[in-house]
Amino acid sequence: MPLDVRVASSMAEAAGILASDQRTKLLSGGTLVMRDVNEGRLLDGTLLRITDPAFRQMNTSGARVELGAGVTLAMVLNNRDLAYLHAVARAVGGPAIRQMATIGGNLFATTPYGDFAVALLALDAQVMVQSGYSSARAIALEEFLNARERGISGLVTGVQFARPQHAADFRFYKVSRVKPKGLSVMSIAAHLPNAGGRISQARIAYGAMAPTPVRARGAERALEGKTLDATAIQAAKAAALEGTRPATDAIATEWYRREVLPVHLGRLLSAEGR
Amino acid sequence: MAKIPVQFRLNGSDRAAFTDAAENLLTTLRRGLNEFAPKYGCGQGTCGVCTVLIDGEPQLACLTLAVACEGRHVETASGLADGPNLHALQVAFMDNFAAQCGFCTPGMLMAARALLDRNPSPSREDVIEAIAGNICRCTGYEPIIRAILAAAGAHGQKRA
Amino acid sequence: MLDIRKDFFANERDDNLNVIGKGIQRQDMPGHVTGRSRYFDDHAFEGLLHLKVVRSPHHHARIRSIDVGAAERAPGVKRILRAADVPVNKNTLLSLINFGKDDEPSLAVDKVRYKGEPVVAVIAESEAAAMAARKLVRVDYDVLPAVFDVEEALKPGAPVVNETYPHNYFEYHEKFDHQKLRFGDTEKAFGAADLVIEERYQTSPIEHAPTETNGTIAAPEQENRFVVHSCAQGLFFSLGTAAKILDLDSNRLHFIGGTVGGGFGGKVDSLTEPLAILGAMLTGRPVRYVLDREEEMLYGSPRGAERVYVKDGLMRDGRIIARHIRSYFDAGAYTRLSSYAAVKCTAHVPGPYWVPNVSSDIYVAYTNRCPSTAMRGFGITAADFALEVQMDKLAHAVNMDPMEFRILNAYRDGDMKAHRRVAKNTALIECVQVAAEKARWPLSDNARRQSSLEGGGQGERGQIPATPIDQRGQIGRPETRNAPATQMLPAGTMRIPLTKQPELEGSRDARPAAPNVPRYEPARPMAQPAVQAPAPLAPPPTAPPSPPGAAPPAAPAPAAQPQHGAMRFSSVFGTRRR
Repeated sequence: MPLDVRVASSMAEAAGILASDQRTKLLSGGTLVMRDVNEGRLLDGTLLRITDPAFRQMNTSGARVELGAGVTLAMVLNNRDLAYLHAVARAVGGPAIRQMATIGGNLFATTPYGDFAVALLALDAQVMVQSGYSSARAIALEEFLNARERGISGLVTGVQFARPQHAADFRFYKVSRVKPKGLSVMSIAAHLPNAGGRISQARIAYGAMAPTPVRARGAERALEGKTLDATAIQAAKAAALEGTRPATDAIATEWYRREVLPVHLGRLLSAEGR
Repeated sequence: MAKIPVQFRLNGSDRAAFTDAAENLLTTLRRGLNEFAPKYGCGQGTCGVCTVLIDGEPQLACLTLAVACEGRHVETASGLADGPNLHALQVAFMDNFAAQCGFCTPGMLMAARALLDRNPSPSREDVIEAIAGNICRCTGYEPIIRAILAAAGAHGQKRA
Repeated sequence: MLDIRKDFFANERDDNLNVIGKGIQRQDMPGHVTGRSRYFDDHAFEGLLHLKVVRSPHHHARIRSIDVGAAERAPGVKRILRAADVPVNKNTLLSLINFGKDDEPSLAVDKVRYKGEPVVAVIAESEAAAMAARKLVRVDYDVLPAVFDVEEALKPGAPVVNETYPHNYFEYHEKFDHQKLRFGDTEKAFGAADLVIEERYQTSPIEHAPTETNGTIAAPEQENRFVVHSCAQGLFFSLGTAAKILDLDSNRLHFIGGTVGGGFGGKVDSLTEPLAILGAMLTGRPVRYVLDREEEMLYGSPRGAERVYVKDGLMRDGRIIARHIRSYFDAGAYTRLSSYAAVKCTAHVPGPYWVPNVSSDIYVAYTNRCPSTAMRGFGITAADFALEVQMDKLAHAVNMDPMEFRILNAYRDGDMKAHRRVAKNTALIECVQVAAEKARWPLSDNARRQSSLEGGGQGERGQIPATPIDQRGQIGRPETRNAPATQMLPAGTMRIPLTKQPELEGSRDARPAAPNVPRYEPARPMAQPAVQAPAPLAPPPTAPPSPPGAAPPAAPAPAAQPQHGAMRFSSVFGTRRR
């Protein structure tokens, strides 16, 4: 049977359909699923579209930011409250892709894609997952990403994170061979809140340095409680590779990614040429 | 399997087609409606030759479900000209040699139009970002950037 | 902007330039900007079917069995194409000009020789149906050892890639495993040189990556013929290839094309036409066969990789006195156009320089890689990369500025080239001078005074030296690769006699040659419009007198009538008249 398409008018209905039919796949922005359809990897089953407005809702003014899984990267770019995420959104695809690609979809994009998920990891985001008709539960993004390989049961309805106190504390840097858009050699997101000049609760995340976006715990530890000066940055660079497992792909080799990661981390931390 | 009817406006005219459920808009335009301006280049959203405007926003027809276009307005390069009168972008592309094989041109024009409709006085960086999703293998992009800036200039003159 | 330097060669032309430098609009621009330019896929057909190909996942394997039963029964499938369906399932592209042996199937028979080789074609009502049915085709393979390196492939005992050429090299003139160029005595000159420098250069295969992928739509048309919308860069070439493979009179094929979404040489191999037409023949319906992007990148033929060894004998004053080039074209699993690339390359070395002793051995090697093809500067570009990097290294070795080094060694009008033709219309010196000027690269007064019109052809520069020739590298006899020279051609000898003409494989065994390859009439000269004779140019340099007692140039053997009356393609055989 060729592919079928269904529409769910509420997220609860969608979650129920996904729970009851293994052969139904959510079609969010389409940038991943339609590629599979076009290239013959997805030939049967059902594609599910969600028309629920809540799927695309954005609450950005308060201390806790809530973004529906269907929010597109173009919507992020058009929202002034999310200015600190504009560099991230702009790093994904070109204007047409951003019109279609969603935050929810980006959580499932396999390395070296998935730059927005990297930023969310550095923001300590939580993923809201609705299974069946029960209400959504929050899962830490890191846990979500680890479980992604095994298959998540349920519908991702949105993400939440605490808005950074100071936008300048959040930095993002994407390394690609083709500019302005191109697949990541790597991407690095860092949230470096500081209390009285000293870094507190640093969160640094890498993209394309492991099978999923990962936290740079070694670099985080090296910066904790320190002033962001040359010594601290050097220490962070020395610990940069902890927890990474980069792959060799068409974009870069494992060796190259290992070699340049500390360099790029250093540039991000010293805010060179941004 | 039964075909699904879909109706939308294409370059200002009401059109209808019968599609497979999961058919993409590019296939519906080309094979269902004989609208050949948007092209197939990759099927994965990387090359941009299928760029169209949907309700004024640039999108990739190869990744868009045809049935999701129900009731919307789809625009392609075929609809850029006003009758026999070419759009400023089309004139500028010709004057600035912004095409060689021409395969990327329809998509480029739509990406450029999306930019100028929103930002009539783009900087060079704005132009580069606007066409960041459109690959050209022939011109090296400079003539295209020049053409879009020239068209913006022409637009500006009209407004003055 | 365009800078036309009219101060150079001013007396060799008139200056009524009507098009050059004027910015004339392309005739296809209005179509391009309105979306009206028609590429092969921009045509509507009722009842259009879609063809998808099952490809080998192995670099080298024997096919044990093919089971298409489930695919045939899959929804929407109209026809499956297999090797036995192809009327002439063995071809080489240059058989159209009688060069080489048929070696490549359109659909694999008993063996696959590269990853991605087509094995079975599935034709269905939609792309999705064809892709689904394609997954149901079962092919059982016995994987064979593969070889990927050109020099490894040429060693005795390497896996045989292509049984038509069992030693993994293209066989030139039925004699040698490579194409030779011999001019002067490079070995002796190396002995006399102050420095001998040899370097190895390697290029990668390069994918053309056109925005439009390769593809064809073929459909039955009126008068019992087929209309073929093709992406081919050469429609007649593709028509002739399809006519031969499908055993059709060429007037049953109506090829339409010419608007190509980027070719760059990657749309010359007729990758999709034969199977699309065959599909139309066997289903009676229009058939569309388009490579998807992954197929285009992986299995669309790339520019062939080349390995080039350049060995130069250099004097401390900067003169190159000997150049030997040994080069390997990686043809991949099948010949296609690589045999011709090596001939072009041979005609190109030693580059735009006068070198009194030049030799080259250029091989076409088969490996289990995707068959390679032409790309801009076919046969030349990679060699030029090697030669020009080498020139920089040589300049460095004798402490000379690289621009001055090139001016010193540049060829000039009247010089005898390694191919025994007198150089004319040379301009390397002027190009280097202008490039240096634009780059603000200081040149000595002496370098700035040099001219392509002066100093060429004088003394040694205008003469053909005595040249040892050899029988090294005979087909099937690798032990002859380092054999000594066998004959000394006296100075002034203009022509080396060719041996027997190559024949199509089909003509040698009992099978008749394919009768339906197009027969072209030799061009008849049209009546010439009256033109004013151009101003006389500087008189050509006088040809050097043959040394007394030298053998007169050997008369070439009369050309055997080729199988199908094809126009003789002169540079391939070297039979060009001057």
